[in-house]
Amino acid sequence: MLRGKQTWWFESRPVIIGTGTVVGPDEGAGPLAADFDLVHAELDMNQKSWEKAERLLLEQASDFAIKNAGIRKEQVQFYVGGDLLNQLISNSFTARDLGLPYIGVFGACSTSMLSLALAAQLVDSGAAEYAMAGTCSHNCTAEKQFRYPTEYGSQKPPTAQYTVTGAGAAVVAASGNGPVITCATIGKIVDLGISDPFNMGAAMAPAAVDTIQTHFSDTGRVPADYDMIVTGDLATVGHRIAVDLFARDGVPMQDTVFSDCGLMIYDIERQKVQAGGSGCACSAVVTYGHLMKRLRNGELKRILVVATGALLSPLSYQQGETIPCIAHAVAIERGDA
Amino acid sequence: MATKTAGRGKFKPMSMSSKEYKTFAKQREPSRSVLANCVRAFVSGGLICVLGQAIQNGYMSWMKLSSTQAANPTVATLIFISVLLTCFGVYDKIAQWAGAGSAVPVTGFANSMCSAALEHRAEGLVLGVGGNMFKLAGSVIVYGTVAAFVIGLIHVIFGIRGH
Repeated sequence: MLRGKQTWWFESRPVIIGTGTVVGPDEGAGPLAADFDLVHAELDMNQKSWEKAERLLLEQASDFAIKNAGIRKEQVQFYVGGDLLNQLISNSFTARDLGLPYIGVFGACSTSMLSLALAAQLVDSGAAEYAMAGTCSHNCTAEKQFRYPTEYGSQKPPTAQYTVTGAGAAVVAASGNGPVITCATIGKIVDLGISDPFNMGAAMAPAAVDTIQTHFSDTGRVPADYDMIVTGDLATVGHRIAVDLFARDGVPMQDTVFSDCGLMIYDIERQKVQAGGSGCACSAVVTYGHLMKRLRNGELKRILVVATGALLSPLSYQQGETIPCIAHAVAIERGDA
Repeated sequence: MATKTAGRGKFKPMSMSSKEYKTFAKQREPSRSVLANCVRAFVSGGLICVLGQAIQNGYMSWMKLSSTQAANPTVATLIFISVLLTCFGVYDKIAQWAGAGSAVPVTGFANSMCSAALEHRAEGLVLGVGGNMFKLAGSVIVYGTVAAFVIGLIHVIFGIRGH
């Protein structure tokens, strides 16, 4: 049901009955390591290419999600997913092996919440009883496609971010035990003229702020209604900008815990990740691994996850275009709240 | 949960001009120290050159080569070391600290070719390694040749000779 301008209100309260998260070695060395289902010790995961490694992450994460949901794979009616690679190859190949009806979506790093919102909408509208949302990213595939060869010696500026190696998937059901999805705000593109692909936090911050403020207007909620509001991958620079943008507009974000998945997944001081984490998997593994755990054990009651995406391509930035950005917000509550 | 109050959630929509935002964002970005980067580039680039000189002197004394004769094997040795460090995944770590210091010498050129070849091995020897090896190094060769052509013209027209 539409509420306000761009928010879906899920009357039936779809339930996240199971999640799966798989990460690489750097994420395994970070502060949230204990919250993931599987940590790989090597970046290549014994695969012949980086792309195959990324695919393996998603296959394993979806297996964990289905297993943790306590259902059979055949019961999942639709799989909604996307990734950063051209033509969504990681998801298409994973969907091939899953053998499930598949809806491929592209929202760059906002794909985690875009796919979750769509899965919730499918379940809420009665189009599915069980729907799965999933996304993945790999540091080396992202470097290879968007930047330079992984072993190329180029100096990264302090505003650059480190793509998370990992995958996250969530099974959404019409009923069951687990955190519930109450509403989702689909963002619109915001582009304030940043064109530096090594400064994506600054490019995406206005999109996150726009979606969050629209979410409040559409739902009549205020920051204090949430125990935590997390953005996807704004990292140090983008987070600082977002905090100041909210302050400028008089939004009392100090009433809640306002953080960013890109700051939570790594130990920014100790790990060499420049401004922090990024990538589709950044918000996916932090939400489906760490935040779900805290929702289940009662530490958190209601959270808003705002995944941010920079919708650029290597071609567009080489042609000097600015970076169109988007953010999608999903509100998740404890099941018994 | 907080109680309902009038005008809840009604915040001013985000609005800022692109020009205004660029300044706003710029003020919140960490600054990059040009001086520190120059010092690092000087030290690391200098060390690579010292290493090169040591290798050249080694060839001259052990293999009794002239300095001109020793130049080629010296470059080959530096390239070999660079490729080895690239394959072990070390060169990019050095480069993050060294910046231009490790990019400008011949070792940087070798790294750009080796890293591209490694990266695209999965796409096969012809379309992958062969087709992508010069992805980064290609522009160095193109503009190096163009620069040489211009210098050549200057040499022919003005008769300026190097020694």
